[in-house]
Amino acid sequence: MSGVWVWIEQADGQPLSASLEALGLARALAGNDPVTALVFGQSVDGVAQAAIQSGADAVIKADDPTLALVRFEPYIALLAKLVAEQQPAVVLAAATLDGRELMAGAAADVDAGVLTDVTELALDGDTLRALRPVTGGKVLRVETIQDSGPKFATLRARAFKALEPDASRTGTITEVAPVLAEDAVSTKVESVEQHAGGVSLTDASIVVSAGRGVGGADGFDPVRKLADVLHGALGASRAAVDAGWIPYEHQVGQTGKTVSPDLYIAIGISGAIQHQAGMRTAKVIVAINKDPDAPIFKLARYGIVGDLFEIVPALTEAFRKRLN
Amino acid sequence: MHVVVVTKNTPDTEATITVDANGGVNWGDKMVVNPWDEYSITEAVLLKGAHNVKTTVVTVGTEQHAEALKHGLAIGIDQAIRIWDPALEGDDSLVYARAVTAAIKKLGDVSLIIFGKEFSDSASDAHIYQVARLLGWTMLGFVAKIDAVDFAGGTIRVQRLTEQGTQTVSSKLPAVISVVKDINEPKYPTFIGIRKAAKADIPVWSAADLGVDLGSGKVKVERYQELPKRVGQVELIEGATAQDKAGALVDKLIEEKVL
Repeated sequence: MSGVWVWIEQADGQPLSASLEALGLARALAGNDPVTALVFGQSVDGVAQAAIQSGADAVIKADDPTLALVRFEPYIALLAKLVAEQQPAVVLAAATLDGRELMAGAAADVDAGVLTDVTELALDGDTLRALRPVTGGKVLRVETIQDSGPKFATLRARAFKALEPDASRTGTITEVAPVLAEDAVSTKVESVEQHAGGVSLTDASIVVSAGRGVGGADGFDPVRKLADVLHGALGASRAAVDAGWIPYEHQVGQTGKTVSPDLYIAIGISGAIQHQAGMRTAKVIVAINKDPDAPIFKLARYGIVGDLFEIVPALTEAFRKRLN
Repeated sequence: MHVVVVTKNTPDTEATITVDANGGVNWGDKMVVNPWDEYSITEAVLLKGAHNVKTTVVTVGTEQHAEALKHGLAIGIDQAIRIWDPALEGDDSLVYARAVTAAIKKLGDVSLIIFGKEFSDSASDAHIYQVARLLGWTMLGFVAKIDAVDFAGGTIRVQRLTEQGTQTVSSKLPAVISVVKDINEPKYPTFIGIRKAAKADIPVWSAADLGVDLGSGKVKVERYQELPKRVGQVELIEGATAQDKAGALVDKLIEEKVL
């Protein structure tokens, strides 16, 4: 069998935008072959429908309490079994934390290659060719898998375009059962704590980040207001995280998250190479810093030299007026 | 009971990396321990301090990766092992994972394998999950805190990051975990530690020593290329007041349809 499969990740019953981007790419890679969405979880009919509207011809659905939360063993056991039986040409997922685990794990089970966190992907006969940033995005690397069997890849969020959802699209839905029963799974998720509000950094089209220049935890208040007005995600440099001004989950950079937004606003961030590793693929970078020699100005498209405690509130106000 | 940490050397973060006309890459001269592994190695040393476990640091690589092992020994890991075989040339995660898996089996009494979140040079973490899968162990990825571990009882409870927040997960051992920066403050080598590490005998295990056929990788690195150059220099927004500058910037962003 041929065709392209996409594992659709979800949060609160909605597919992640990065998964819909993967469906968009799958549609382009598959040509005349079918695109199949894999929807695992509990009460996931809405996700299955959304996948069809965003480009899937078929859905393989597993609806079971053991799959309610993404867990390594039951998800991979099911994914690898389906791939081994049906032999899709390509299996894709967003390069989220879970997507990376599942694609690599299933690839090991079926003895296949996996290309991770790619920003370009092409399928030419049995050759899957990827472009991916390495060494903190300092250089790009071209990797290939040449194989007639299944080939796996994870896709960097915001590197590919989702299709416009089309409510008139139809597709088949096949139900499958989980492979592992609950007592065969080693892990139990005891509790889940959601981030308090805010937009996910990895998915965000706008990221507003602050660093040492804000001077303390309170210094994030005006930055947070700017992020809110822009419906953007709040980021931070390592210096601000290490100082305890903001939790680690906001850290952008080498030992934090990698983001690729349309707009990255760096406030009071000097732009150390470790920070650049997490944000240099942003489309437009704006730097606000009182030091005109800060390295961030070498990456930035626009810069404002000045006191961030004057500039940021003024910027928030200017955006509020213009965007409303 | 045994805790194993897997590491490697990666190019220094500050290094200038260049690509030649044939698509080859020069990583610069200086190598350092993979930045994420400062946390994984430290965590193994902390576990050793709190529990009656042996610790081993493993690398898969040529002689140049011995430095990463010495870093581990210098901060308190008990022993180091280097795995190398010509079959490991290239950069296929599954071939790499087969080598690590065979080493874990040879060590015999491993309860926990700790990885840093990813290798910073290849920007890949696939090998981590593949080791877990090849061993048939579970995987606890992106661990920000080990709440509790009972090596004798064979259980662990961790807090792991997800895209949406944090999960508290309990699991049976043996397990593979990957750790993120939140987990600890990295330990740094002491003078005495560095001297001890310099004298350590580091065995090298080949595929034959491991009794494993590493196979050939399906992923091939074809070439490297430079990033597309950013067009133009920064445009500094001028204005008499903060409001003027802010207004001018917003106009530019809207004009360019960034928003």
